[in-house]
Amino acid sequence: MAQPTQSEAKQIVDPGIEKGAAGLTEDRIQAVINHVIQNETGARLKVYVDTCVHCGLCSEACHYYLSHDKDPRYSPVGKVKQTLWEMLRRNGRVSVDFMRRAAEIAHTECNLCKRCAMYCPFGIDIAYLMLVVRRIVHLLGMTPQYIQDTAHSHAAVCNQMWVKPDEWPDTLQWQEEEARGEMPTLRIPLEKEGADIMYSVIGPEPKFQAQLIYQAAVIMNAAGADWTMPATAGWDNSDMAMFTGDNEVMGRIKRDHYETAARLRVKRIVMGECGHAFRSVYDVGNRWLGWRIPPIPIIHAIEFYHELITSGKIRVAKKFQTPVTIHDPCNVVRGGGLHHMARELAHALCEEVVEMYPNCEHNYCCCAGGGVINCGPPWKSKRIEGNRIKADQLADAKIRGAKVLIAPCHNCHSGLEDINHAYGLGMEIKFFGDILYEVMEKPEA
Amino acid sequence: MADVSGWDWEIGTKTMPFDAWKADFAWVEEPYVSPDGERIAAVVNIDEAQFSVCVNGQAWETVFDKAWYLRFAPDGRLCVLVSEDGEWTVAVDGETWPERYGYVWNTLFSADGAHIAVAAQQDMQYAMALDGVMWENRFLNMTHYVLSEDGRHSAGTVQVKETGEADIARFQAGCFSAALDGEAWDSVFTNVWHLALSADGSRLAAEVRRGLYDYTIAVDGRPWDRSFSSVWHPIFHPVSGVVIAPVRLDGKWTLAADGEPIWTQRFVQAWHQQVSPDGRRLGAIVSPRYGYWTLAVDGNPWRTAVNEMLIDLRFSPDGRRLAAAAKHDGRWTLLVDDRLWDLRLDQIRPPVFSPDGRLVATVVETGGRFGLAVDGRLIPGTYEALWQPVFSPDGDRVLVRGIADGIYRRQVLTTAQLLA
Repeated sequence: MAQPTQSEAKQIVDPGIEKGAAGLTEDRIQAVINHVIQNETGARLKVYVDTCVHCGLCSEACHYYLSHDKDPRYSPVGKVKQTLWEMLRRNGRVSVDFMRRAAEIAHTECNLCKRCAMYCPFGIDIAYLMLVVRRIVHLLGMTPQYIQDTAHSHAAVCNQMWVKPDEWPDTLQWQEEEARGEMPTLRIPLEKEGADIMYSVIGPEPKFQAQLIYQAAVIMNAAGADWTMPATAGWDNSDMAMFTGDNEVMGRIKRDHYETAARLRVKRIVMGECGHAFRSVYDVGNRWLGWRIPPIPIIHAIEFYHELITSGKIRVAKKFQTPVTIHDPCNVVRGGGLHHMARELAHALCEEVVEMYPNCEHNYCCCAGGGVINCGPPWKSKRIEGNRIKADQLADAKIRGAKVLIAPCHNCHSGLEDINHAYGLGMEIKFFGDILYEVMEKPEA
Repeated sequence: MADVSGWDWEIGTKTMPFDAWKADFAWVEEPYVSPDGERIAAVVNIDEAQFSVCVNGQAWETVFDKAWYLRFAPDGRLCVLVSEDGEWTVAVDGETWPERYGYVWNTLFSADGAHIAVAAQQDMQYAMALDGVMWENRFLNMTHYVLSEDGRHSAGTVQVKETGEADIARFQAGCFSAALDGEAWDSVFTNVWHLALSADGSRLAAEVRRGLYDYTIAVDGRPWDRSFSSVWHPIFHPVSGVVIAPVRLDGKWTLAADGEPIWTQRFVQAWHQQVSPDGRRLGAIVSPRYGYWTLAVDGNPWRTAVNEMLIDLRFSPDGRRLAAAAKHDGRWTLLVDDRLWDLRLDQIRPPVFSPDGRLVATVVETGGRFGLAVDGRLIPGTYEALWQPVFSPDGDRVLVRGIADGIYRRQVLTTAQLLA
């Protein structure tokens, strides 16, 4: 492992972490840590802890480590060493200051992107270990303020953006009306029992990005899809509670999502271009509830758009002319294996696709996912500094001609916008849906 | 339940063209059929921003800017949420409620259909509107709406304090409560979810969270003495009035009544508990081992388990039989009395027992066509759309409501004919 060259970073005070720290005692910390270790983990944690040979090969995988001039404190193993190993070594007896730092590491220095798991000779899933730390942080009430607020939103209104129950169908009807200007017979069918598809999105779409719902509606209608959207809670597939370690709320969110689809008797769920939600619906949230696999099949927008293009249900009128490059989101690529499909889709839609390297499952993280961007403004600069390597990668793709960056994940999108601005890259960032909507043949108005 | 004895139970078929409507309107949305099968209806578009409802081929005279959530009440009245001049209300059989709202949604009916409730927003304040009358008290937000079986009482989770922007301490201290007929409980909680009303509508129970970790059930605002790491939807026992809810203890789920576990068995998951109509048996959907699902009755899991999903638990009217829709290896079927039907289908609807509990029927879907299945057998004939079968009170006849070849058919068959 290389030696640190960075000076100490400036202290960031997060009201959420401080609120939890204020009333903590070492006795309480020890009790919570040991409760989690003894009652909520098992063979998986033991195997990971016992197997690691401290070789440090995971270090080169981490964008934080690479962006901080190979400071070992930012290496994946370094983060485990500073958190979980120490908790285990001390039988949970750690200080409040230790937990402050553990909360910061787990929430703002690791995106849970799992790139390191591919570099570990034993495949140790360090993201899981960081999630165990986050669970402890949650039970100690030390979760950073902004992501905690998002988890509160999930708990209160079952979506991550405090969208009220009337605002949701009202927004869909507004977008339906808008889109009828382009396709006069277009519908966003609400609560249509027995439709083939339930289309689900994440909270920011009705809140800030309603045009994405508009585009999806045009695509669905042009493809002749038999689809519906729920008018009730369960419409939001996102899940920041998964990242705060609030497993109980995570379970509630996923139960609502799948039982809504079951109530509507759909054959499958198609989700928009979100990465973390994909992880929650096919891996983490469903399994906490006891559903080994998603009880209603669910596919990501990449898969759906690919299906529409390859089946001929959507035809490309004229390919997108500006050269594009593709960002591979961790959850749909390392987690879901959709990188080849994403490329086939990109080539079908775009005239020129410039690969950026490393790519596919080896791609660098956006540094926004895993709930890091949701920790909000206090951590923004740190997040951007922690992904200089991504800026270098994007700059290289730009030099080789790429002008548009396709990022099929909401968190990636937002995080890459920050990287784009902070490092002056001047790239335009789009979803696949933006491009598909732009290049597709649309029925005559 | 609506009284079905007055329906036309004469053996025979009545028909009504449905696809032909498409010639009269810009578009015709998905159809709905009245419980007695006498009427078929759909929201129709007449022109730009002009919507109406077509019933048996005849459009209502009233035209709306928008119309959605068309549903028949159990008594056969046809309800739809409509917008006129930027305001929303409910239209029932073509007549709108005189009251206007900022928005209305989530229509609820009493068991007999005599009462209709919706969630309503007016001037960014929230309340239930029962038969057009909005609660006097309005709230900052409202979720988890319920209407009592007799339709006289409505309730919802209500937000009684501002949460403040990203004010996590304030949120955790409690900003939510539950309101019955507009009167909020005195107590506030961090969260209040999934309400249940007692049979007479006088008592209200809900899942509550105090702080981030302390889950329990509150009844009429008072939490159970005991807390759990999580809970699910409570129900009132229809006979004893006891509140029963799934609770999570030491990482496993079981059922509790009035705060204490009542089943000794522990499950990976337990939810959708239901008391048999005679009040003697308690069933629930459970996961006895990770990834597998079955039903448990009085705590005892069945032997047959499926590996994907169980939903729609239903007791027979006599309480002796139990069934649920089951998904196994990617295909749907019914799980009835600890046995899976042999049928493997693309989709299935909830089980429907005959009044004597002898037969169980449902609508099934395969290859894009719908059919009727009874006791595990597919009945010949397929449809483009098919609604749940209804048994006559004596159980001798079945009402089948479906669309085939663009024609809506209301058929009454004897059960003997059906099974022949």
